[in-house]
Amino acid sequence: VILASQIWTDVFWTSVVAGGLLAGVPLMFTALGETISERAGVLNIGLEGMMLVGAYVGFLGAHYSGSQWAGYAVGIAGGMVASLVMVVLCVWLGLDQIVVGIAITLAGEGITSVAQQAQFGTTYPRLGAPSTVSIPLLHRMPVLGTSLFEQPVIVYLAFLFVGALAWTFRRTNVGLNLRAAGEKPEALDAAGVSVVGTRSWAVLSTGALAGLGGAYLSVAATGIFTPFLTQGQGFIAIVIAMLGRGRPLWVLCGSFLFGIALSLSDSLQIAGIDISVDIVNMIPFAAIIVALILFARRSYLPPALALPYVRGQR
Amino acid sequence: MSVETASPEIQQILAGETIRGRSNLASRVLDVTVRSLLPVVCALGAGAILLLAMGRHPIAFYGDVWQGGVSGGGWDAWQDSAIRMAPLLLIAAGLTVIFRANIWNLGYNGQFLLAAALVTGYGPSVTKHVALWFAMLVLFLMAGAVAATWTVVPAVLKARYGTNEIITTLMMSFIGVDLAGYLIKKPFQDHSVNIPQTRVLDLDKMLPPIPGTRIHIGLLVAFGAILVVHFLLTRTSWGLRLQILGANPRAARHVGINLPRLIVTGFLLSGFLVGLAAAADFLGLWGYIRGSQNPGYGDTVIPFVFLARLNALAVVPFIAFFSVLSVGGDLAATNANLSTDFLLVLVGLILLFMTVIEYLGRRRDLGGSYLPPGLKDALKAPLWRRRR
Repeated sequence: VILASQIWTDVFWTSVVAGGLLAGVPLMFTALGETISERAGVLNIGLEGMMLVGAYVGFLGAHYSGSQWAGYAVGIAGGMVASLVMVVLCVWLGLDQIVVGIAITLAGEGITSVAQQAQFGTTYPRLGAPSTVSIPLLHRMPVLGTSLFEQPVIVYLAFLFVGALAWTFRRTNVGLNLRAAGEKPEALDAAGVSVVGTRSWAVLSTGALAGLGGAYLSVAATGIFTPFLTQGQGFIAIVIAMLGRGRPLWVLCGSFLFGIALSLSDSLQIAGIDISVDIVNMIPFAAIIVALILFARRSYLPPALALPYVRGQR
Repeated sequence: MSVETASPEIQQILAGETIRGRSNLASRVLDVTVRSLLPVVCALGAGAILLLAMGRHPIAFYGDVWQGGVSGGGWDAWQDSAIRMAPLLLIAAGLTVIFRANIWNLGYNGQFLLAAALVTGYGPSVTKHVALWFAMLVLFLMAGAVAATWTVVPAVLKARYGTNEIITTLMMSFIGVDLAGYLIKKPFQDHSVNIPQTRVLDLDKMLPPIPGTRIHIGLLVAFGAILVVHFLLTRTSWGLRLQILGANPRAARHVGINLPRLIVTGFLLSGFLVGLAAAADFLGLWGYIRGSQNPGYGDTVIPFVFLARLNALAVVPFIAFFSVLSVGGDLAATNANLSTDFLLVLVGLILLFMTVIEYLGRRRDLGGSYLPPGLKDALKAPLWRRRR
């Protein structure tokens, strides 16, 4: 029998929240990127590849410059370059988004693995842990203090970004254009706004955010780049974006929950419970399947999703 | 929530549409052949450039691929490639079925590994108690049934609510991979070794080889499955209905096709074939499975299923080619001191080139030029402004 009082200590809860945040932030960046892209009507299956490219070049940036910010910047750039393929092939030429997405994922996995091996062989250099910033007063709270309010700056920026994105979607013309490009591209075109342009910027932002998510993973969360580092997180991000139904705040909550689930096995080990890692890893996916079975009717995607826009075509 | 219509070039592949505007059979065949082979050639060329950029010798690399996959060991290496073909062909058959309906079963990894874990886990005890042929039959059917079961949730959600099957199959795949890992590490663990691994099947309890070769008879099962799938898709009303669903779901509903039943049966057959692939590979070649073992066959099969234009027979030469590439690629990558994941780059490139070449071909069919108008004008008159 598990003695509840012994296990549910502050240390355990701190590790749950901190682990959830650590694993959730890269998911959140990537899922926000997918949200933008899906709202604009482009289904981006290539997130996994974009994340890996961002993670690898971001790691290189941080490794050679010694600055995590350089790592993030390079990661963003890398993700954008990877997404450029999608912009040209899917948005400009209107080719199949799913096939191109799979291609980007495969090529991203292959290129980063080959490049890593060619550059470092079988050694995996480590980066130092990023410095954290404590929020005055709040960081002294019992459980949330050390887990939530002593984080690298980028985590706080991520929270600000969620708010900014929600505001952009709801209150600005840019957000309206994005949503129109996914809901009814003809209307956007008739209003004199370029659908292709809007979608191009959306996909580029997706690439940038996926690259940043990947860079966070390699630079801040693990401090190391190994081939296939993301382990399907790009696909989890797609699911979070779809379940979030285009709302950044929901995406934030979903990413955090998934982050907790992904890091729960470590927390349970801290608490002294020996449970199979495989079973714990299964929990988030099983939860999603159950949620989909229960709420299948309520899920929503933009009508023009994954359809290339050709002016004048019915 | 469904993505209902495919983009035109995939639709064209899905509909098995013949190339319009040309009646001559020979030129049509030539056209299809060129369009199917060109992406592979382009990808190999781009791969050669990448190899050069990394300071490797491309001719030596591709030479090693040929040696490792076909001619090595005194013309013996081709048997390794043939062995690799068995699971790849079965997965390709499974994906062909479901892609025909323009439905994406991307959960092949979970389906494959779960079937593999069960087959290797129960294999030693099943083969001990009954005759080998009966044990193999039971194990193959079990693998197929398990993998088919793993598609039920995505299939029903897609059929009833139109839930995006990409998401649901991927989710089920992740669950399946984790569950397979758990099964291998806990109930099926071989206690005589220290690493997570199932008990090893005795050599004489594995799939027997085709007489005169080292190739296990799983390859014959694979060819049989290809023939059956081809028959189902091209000679039965079920196949026709699947094709209509793929080309235009609204039209399919309009002509009174029972879509939910069709979607579910398509998914089940697809999963069943993926399960057979796992049985063939692990009963024929491996005999055991390790905790982290994931051959990832499905990812690399997808491009070839499309290049074969979702035709089950046409997929055979492509899979043969890729088997050589992947078996020989291991040797070539080792010799060139490269990661074997270089093959993933090649496969990704094949997919990208395929979509582009399909796009250009479609423009040609519609009476247009191979080149987009803007680019053509720019090429014609690069230096002076054109007048309209």
